[in-house]
Parts: sequence; C-alpha cells; structure tokens
Amino acid sequence: MSSHHTEQTTLTVNGEVRSFPVDPRTTLVDALRERLGLTGTKKGCDRGECGACTVLLDGKRVLSCMMLAVAAEGASITTIEGLSAEGELHPVQRAFHVNDAFQCGFCTPGQVLSAVACIQEGHAGSPEEIKEWMSGNICRCAAYPQIVAAVTEASVQ
Amino acid sequence: MTSLIRPDGPAKLTGRATYAADTQVPDVVYAALAPATVPFGRVVEVNLKAALDAPGVIEAYDHTNFVPMVAMQAPMLGHSVIPLQQDKIHYDGQPIALVLAETLEQAQHAAQLVTATYADTGTPLMFDQAEDIGPGGPQWIPLDAVKGDHQAGLAAADKTITAAYTTSDRHHSAIEPSATIAWWEGEEVVLHSSVQAAAMAQPVVATAFGVPAEHVRVICPFVGGGFGSKGYVWPHLLLAAAAAKASGRAVKLVMTRAQMFSLSGHQPATAHEVTLAATNDGKLTAVRHYGVNAAARVGQYYEATTSASTWLYDSPNIEVHNRIREVDRPQPTPMRAPMEGMGQFALESAVDELAHELGIDPVEFRIRNEPAVNPMDGKPFSQRSLVECLRQGAAKFGWADRKPGMRDGNDLIGWGVAVSTMPAFRMPSSARVRVGSDGHVVVETGMQEIGSGLPGMVQLVAGEVLGVDPADVEVRHGDSSFPPHSGTVGSISTGALGSAVQAAATEVLEKLQAQPGDQLGAMVDAAGLEFVDAEARWAPDEASGGYSIQTYGAVFAEVRVDEDLGLVRVPRIVAVYSAGRIINQLAARSQMSGGIIWGLGQALLEKSVMEPTMGRFLSRNLAGYVVPVNADIGSIDVSFVDEADRIASPVGAKGIGELGATGVSAAIANAVFHATGRRVRDLPIRIHDLL
Repeated sequence: MSSHHTEQTTLTVNGEVRSFPVDPRTTLVDALRERLGLTGTKKGCDRGECGACTVLLDGKRVLSCMMLAVAAEGASITTIEGLSAEGELHPVQRAFHVNDAFQCGFCTPGQVLSAVACIQEGHAGSPEEIKEWMSGNICRCAAYPQIVAAVTEASVQ
Repeated sequence: MTSLIRPDGPAKLTGRATYAADTQVPDVVYAALAPATVPFGRVVEVNLKAALDAPGVIEAYDHTNFVPMVAMQAPMLGHSVIPLQQDKIHYDGQPIALVLAETLEQAQHAAQLVTATYADTGTPLMFDQAEDIGPGGPQWIPLDAVKGDHQAGLAAADKTITAAYTTSDRHHSAIEPSATIAWWEGEEVVLHSSVQAAAMAQPVVATAFGVPAEHVRVICPFVGGGFGSKGYVWPHLLLAAAAAKASGRAVKLVMTRAQMFSLSGHQPATAHEVTLAATNDGKLTAVRHYGVNAAARVGQYYEATTSASTWLYDSPNIEVHNRIREVDRPQPTPMRAPMEGMGQFALESAVDELAHELGIDPVEFRIRNEPAVNPMDGKPFSQRSLVECLRQGAAKFGWADRKPGMRDGNDLIGWGVAVSTMPAFRMPSSARVRVGSDGHVVVETGMQEIGSGLPGMVQLVAGEVLGVDPADVEVRHGDSSFPPHSGTVGSISTGALGSAVQAAATEVLEKLQAQPGDQLGAMVDAAGLEFVDAEARWAPDEASGGYSIQTYGAVFAEVRVDEDLGLVRVPRIVAVYSAGRIINQLAARSQMSGGIIWGLGQALLEKSVMEPTMGRFLSRNLAGYVVPVNADIGSIDVSFVDEADRIASPVGAKGIGELGATGVSAAIANAVFHATGRRVRDLPIRIHDLL
C-alpha cells in the first residue's frame, strides 16, 4: 500500500472528545460513520440536497456531508445517538413516534435533529412555518403531514 | 380497525436501526465504481494504471480480470447483463471498473482516475423516435385483451372522445442509496444488502457464483426506502460479492446518488391513446386504451399500463393493447405505482373529459358505469366498494358545492376526482411462531421492513390469534435463514405474511390444544417443553382464482392556480379506499398519505430529462430531479371502508402500498381543468402549461 496523508483531528461528539487521524478529504458524515462507528447519521445524497446527514454543530443544524471533518475541529457535535440517554426518547422523538412521523426511518435521524433545531430557532410557530423550515429534509416515504404534527406537538412541550 | 404505534420506532428514531451500510464489519475494504460514458458500444481498453498507483488501492478490476458470473434473465436480475463480464456497453453508467481501497476516500478518488476508450458507439435512440413493438417471451399480463366490437361501440355512442396522454421518466429516489457489504467464508457468502426481497437476492447470487442457495445468506432487516428500486437484483450485490471473492476481503460497496439513477431502475416514460364512447345518458359503449412504454434494448421491460381499463367500467366493448419501444438507456423497473400508476392518469383523465362533454357530474358518471362483475372476463369481484368510496369521499370533500369559476383573490380554484385501483398481486410467504415456557412469543420471517410497518402488522395478527398483547410479540425479520417471504414488493406483504403468521399461530394453539387468551407459557411448561413452535407457508389457493381481485379508492383534490404565475398548489386531498382489511390503521394511513404525495410528485414535479445525444439522464441528483418536500403538501384526509376480503387472503387483507399512488395525478389534472379550462395531458403539469 502506498503511503497516504492524514491529519490528527479532534472532535467533540455527543460530549465525548474523540481524537483520530483522518484523510483531509473526509467529510464529517463519513468521519462519523466510517471512523467513529456512529451510523445513526445517514448519507442520502452526499451533496447537500436531502438533509439525511443533518447533525447539530454547536447547537445549529448543519449538513454533515457538506463539511469536512477537519473543519469541525473544536466544535461540539450532537448526532442522533447523543440526543437522548440510552433507553429514553427526547420529546421530539416521542412526538415523532406517536404521530407516526416516519416510515422507513432512513431520513428520520436527520428529520429529528432538524426538528429540534427548528423548534429552538423559533421556527415552529405555525404549521405553515414548520413546513417551510422542515423542507430541507426530504422524506421520500412522504410522512410530511405527520412530521408537521409531531413538530407542532413537541414545540409546545 | 386496530391501531398500533411502530414497534421499530425507538430503533429508527435513535439511529439504532441497522441499514445495510451501517453494518460494522472488521477490516472491511471499500469499493468504488467507474461508469461507462457512452450510451452503447464496446469498451476497447480500460486503463487501470493510475487507479492502481493511487494511495491505498488494493486492486482494480475490469472485464478482463474479474470473477466470472452466470447471469439470469431479467427479472429476477434488474438487468440481465452483469457488468464487468464482457466488453459490450448497453447503457450510459454501466460499470466498467471496480476499485478496492483501504478507505472510502481512496476508493472514490482512484475510481475517478480510470479512463477508457470506446468503439461502435453513436447517437442513442430516444423514446419519441422508436417504433412500437410487442415484446417477445411469456407475458404474465397479456399484451392485448379484447371484448366485443370496438367499431360497433362507437356506432352506438352519442359522444366519443379520443385523446393522447404521456407520463415522464421518473426515479425512485429512496433516501437510502443501495448498498452491499459482502464477504466469503469458504464456499459460503454473507451479504448485508439493501434489498426489498432477500428471497430474490439469494437465488440470483447463488446462480451467479454456482453455489447452492443455502450457501448464500442475505441479511436486511431494514430498507431505507425502496419503492421498487431494490426489488430485483441490481449490480451492487453481485459486484460486491465478486470483489470479496477476488480479494478475499470483506467489501463495502455503497451506490452514489448519481449511480442510483442508472443502476437501480427507473419508471419509464409512457404514452397512451384512450378512446371512450357513451350514450347521452352516460352509459359507456366502448373503451379502448393503447399504452406504450420505454424499455432498454435488453430485457424488453413491459409496463402493463392498460390493465385497469379492463375492469374499472362496464362496457359491452373493451379493448386494450400494450407495446414497448426499445431505446438506448438504463433498464427500467417497477416503481410506486407501476402499471396503474401511469395508466390511471390516462384513463381517469379521459373519463373526466367524456363526462364534461356529456354534461354529467364525473362522480355520477362513474357510478352509472359501475360493473356488477369484471366486465372483461365475467368473474365476480372478491370485494369492491368503489361506489361507496365515491359517495363517502364526495360527502367528506363537499363535492355537492362544486361549481365553475371558483376563485380566491388571484387563485383560480378547481375540484377534481379520479379513481384509484391496483390489481391485488399475491405471492407466497412464510413465518415461524414460537411460544416459550415463559410465555415469550417470537415470530421469525425473512421479511424486510421497508416502512410499511410490517413488524407491527405481525404483532397484531399474532396477538389476535394467540390472545396475547401485541406488544409482547417479538418480531425477528430480514434474514434469509428465516422462513422466506417473497419480498416487500408489489403490495403483497400484509395479505401474504399476515396469512402465514395467522396460520402458524393457529397451529401453535392446536399443538397446545389451547384457546386464544389461555396462559400459553404455563401450558408449554406443563407439557415439560421449553417451547412450542410451528412454521406455516401461505400461497394463493386455486379457488380464489375464480375471482377478480383488486383494490379501489376515490381521490378528490382541490387545486389553486395562480392566474398570473401558473403555479399550482394542492391545499387539500380527500381519499376513501376499499382495500380489504386494514390491520393497523395508523401505519395504513401513513402508507396511503405517502402514496398520495407520490401521486402529487408525478402530477406536478417529477420529470427526468434524457439527454438526446449522450443517452443519459441529465440530472442525476435530487436538486435537478425534484421530489415533493414538506412545503408542497397541504391537508390529506385518508379513510377506509371497513371490510375484509377473505377471498384475497385468509387474514382478509390486500396490499395498499401502490394503491395510494394511483389516480392522484388524474384527480389533480382534472381539478386543474376545472380551475383553468386547460386540459393538460402530459405529466408533470408545469407552469408553462398554464400560462
């Protein structure tokens, strides 16, 4: 095998400091999935079109396929694995469950994290506002009305 | 009708549900593909040198040094030509090389360094240039069906309409790209693969490598959306397994989004001509539907788009014909909804046109032509409550208040209606039910959970038969070592798997000589056993072959069309379905609502453009190929007629996955006509159609 270049990178993921060598070309989504084993973050399009890879970076929603892992150095990242304690559901996850706001579940981690941010941003004031601010996350099963109901329910809790 | 929240909800909501590419395998290596860049021809030479010299690369393969594989006919292969086996290029995007490297970044980079020279290529033939032909070989739905005398039907009519309709090339665009992780253990191969049918993948892989089926284990508990794109067996399974065999390593191959547009099928463009004739009192005298679809040159893929025209309306004279056009393109495949998903746009638009010409309300026109038996073959319907769907839907929607010229400010308002229908496909399924001495109930089935909510359905059926709380039933699924399920395809699963679970659970009760609700664990324990189990297989019986079995629905849509901008919005849709027994109402509503949104995408958004000189889909991404997002969707009201079809299946269920996506585009187009007076006969309806 030929030699190849890596950079030592330190990320804070779900409150845990993780330091590892990474190819500078590696996107954040690939670092999470292929290096750290955090496969709850999904890769749907790899070019910022579908929203499946949404994570929270210092509390804000970002598309982890559109960011290099080395660019997240020093930031605090929350993935779906870190949203709630083992065996418990975050209020947004609970609202998604009871409102049947997902089918296949593949876009769901991104939808849930986007919903958490949407509420935190103050963009969940009405169904119309939620629809607009949740439109960066494609659900091909098309659970859209249920997602609006879930975000509405979670936003008042 | 019962309702149960999804038992797999917590796993999906917390990221613990394992999809194929999530599987953690030690020392896995990464594969990446290089695609052909010509629409047809021959590859003269593939240059792998730069790729082999790139950092991290383990090996690179082309058609001269790859593992030989034995092809099967399509289907069950998606495309009957397996890549990297010969120099012939059948479609743009066909893999010409596979690179293995230690990391994903290295594999993807090296694959981009592969170059090739081609010969015998040229300008591809397009759908509108090819001639209509009848595909050869056996047809599981006949190409032609004729009853009566079409000309006599026209002669008996007061009004006749003939119109041409088209639907566009579309892509499934499941958010999970297809993926396979494969490794060999001696002569046995293990595949974690995103497939809708482990039961189809297993024999295809076995044939390809010349090993017995039991040496192939396919694992896939969860599919991240398929919609048809993961039904037949596509190259990623075979290429990953072959690369694993060649390298002796565990190989991970995940399709890029762009590759999904060429290597997982698509819904082909279709063209239709429909003639309907009726008397002034609104009785049909002739129905004729001619449909043609785009097909790849290999495989003669055929969409039976005219089927519903043989059973939907009573007429003494009915004829349908299906043809294909062979063109240079990747292989099409069934996509939600196949057949009627396209054909119902044509038929139900034409019905609206004729009703309008006759001055008869389109709901009333359909009720006047409701058949007592299947109008083509005379078979009784197993169950059909279409008139009830139309009446209930009309009442819920407020259809009686429909009038021309409705508007709200700049918005022209229109109301449209159309019928949904699909044939009820039925295929075998099996399950094993086990009750432990501690009372724990386990159901095992090879079934893939794809979002339709099958684990909850299995819990409800097992719980009902055994008399236990559904939440106490553990459902293990998605492994070819479990009793086989034909596939999460063709809307077959609830009827087939539900009936298998019902039979297996009933057999467990018989073995225990127990009644539902008995303390089953204690009875197992008292018999001195650790557990009692039974495996059952269900397949359609001969007696039900004497019936005409379909699902039905009525869809009512309101559109608002901005008079200056031509922008169409759909603020509300009301739909009522007659689809047999609905086992889990919560999941079924999501399934229908999702299907309706698929129909909205077909009506207003989804069109893939084939580049005419290169023979490739122009936008192989989700920015250029537009699918519905949350802001596109208004209110959707779904309900079901409370019924059970025990002829279709012992559990009383028929499939609904595809039904919801039929009829919707016609309801929307009919509403657009009502709002604007513009009859758009080509999908999707675009702004420039209405300016």
